[in-house]
Amino acid sequence: MIHFVVHDENDSVGVVVVEGVKSGATLTGWIMDQDKEITFKAANDIPIGHKLAIKPLAKGDTVIKYGTDIGRVVAPIGLGEHAHVHNIKTKRW
Amino acid sequence: MDLSKATFWGYKRENGRIGVRNHVIILPVDDLSNAAAEAVAHNIKGTMALPHPYGRLQFGADLDLHFRTLIGTGANPNVAAVVVICIEEGWAKKVADGIAATGKPVAYFGIEQHGDHDTIMRASKKAKEFVQWASELRREERPLKDLWVSTKCGESDTTSGCGANPTVGNAFDKLYPHGATLVFGETTELTGGEHLVAARCRTDEVRKKFQFMFDRYQAVVEAHKTSDLSDSQPTKGNIEGGLTTIEEKALGNIQKIGRKCMIDGVLDKAEAPTGPGLWFMDSSSAAAEMVTLVAAAGYVVHFFPTGQGNVIGNPILPVIKLCANPRTVRTMSEHIDVDVSGLLRKEMTPDQAGDALLECMFRTANGRLTAAEALGHREFVLTRLYESA
Repeated sequence: MIHFVVHDENDSVGVVVVEGVKSGATLTGWIMDQDKEITFKAANDIPIGHKLAIKPLAKGDTVIKYGTDIGRVVAPIGLGEHAHVHNIKTKRW
Repeated sequence: MDLSKATFWGYKRENGRIGVRNHVIILPVDDLSNAAAEAVAHNIKGTMALPHPYGRLQFGADLDLHFRTLIGTGANPNVAAVVVICIEEGWAKKVADGIAATGKPVAYFGIEQHGDHDTIMRASKKAKEFVQWASELRREERPLKDLWVSTKCGESDTTSGCGANPTVGNAFDKLYPHGATLVFGETTELTGGEHLVAARCRTDEVRKKFQFMFDRYQAVVEAHKTSDLSDSQPTKGNIEGGLTTIEEKALGNIQKIGRKCMIDGVLDKAEAPTGPGLWFMDSSSAAAEMVTLVAAAGYVVHFFPTGQGNVIGNPILPVIKLCANPRTVRTMSEHIDVDVSGLLRKEMTPDQAGDALLECMFRTANGRLTAAEALGHREFVLTRLYESA
């Protein structure tokens, strides 16, 4: 069963695609572009559609999704942690 | 899906364009004419009024856009005939003349010096004549290249970028080689992925025009913003759905233009394309505004991917909704025409999802009502450029 998807293997985040992911759950991820599977442990409860970090991210780092820059890290994000507006901001506007 | 011999059943209009609906519309030119237009549509069954809040004291480019949108709406091949009503007869005539250039039946009425009662009576007589005439028109079989297909997504979330939007992209990549006329837009919603869109422009000239429109819209945001726009782009619904930044939203958005088709030209708002291919239209990212603009440009079927569940429709343009978010498909099933949530469970390939959308497109073109049509969603929203005089 797929719990989260990743667009590209160089991405720093994946998207949870099932409901009810709880902290500590072991998740199977599908890297779509390379058609590979990976396994991760969720470090927080993560709602469907929200992201988890699959690479450790430090403040000031660039977040990569679709193989492209989607913003900057404003608070450190550990592996398997919820990555969203509380720790990532736009670089535009 | 082999589309080389694909056909659909449509209405051939006087100017050669093919429609997939056969509406007789009662079109008010301004807010003051809504009551009369709605009364006519109430009197004459099978007609439809398109009320809206604008049309008074607009000027310059904003007024030009108002007329272009109204005339384009009437001229759309999904419309068989039009009754135009305006407080002032001169402007009713201006809109009617613009629509009449297509050759379709149009009548116009001014309210001043007549009042609502007399206007409604005269317009109702004409509307009855039009709707009975239109009811005898028959569909004919047409090649795929006669179909004009638009796209715009709404209430997107992260599943849009990995499921519903790539499904539109897959369908666009399949339609493009067969000479279909396609369009996408949402200028600010390309922010962060504009370089990828620019790289897909067929010529330097197209690229330059796209970049000009993109930069112009960025300047509007810069001039009026009070924050980083994180309360508007992404929207609260987008953020609830897991989208974090405009860049992330944009990269999901541009999945709709597929991986192969090239951008052949750039359109101003509500401007009709001059040939087949994929067009970019400079436009708002607000769903009803954008769909109204592409309807006015002459598009006859619309692909609308959603994540969190946008409910939009359009009076004249059938809006096909597709969704990859299993929760939305469960909680809002009455709004979803094509469920592609299997993509995210690896139970469906992108090719199968694209084919499912195309199959729904042909059924819709042939006359099947979309969810939005059955539910009565007729959002007709005119884009304004600035204040009235």
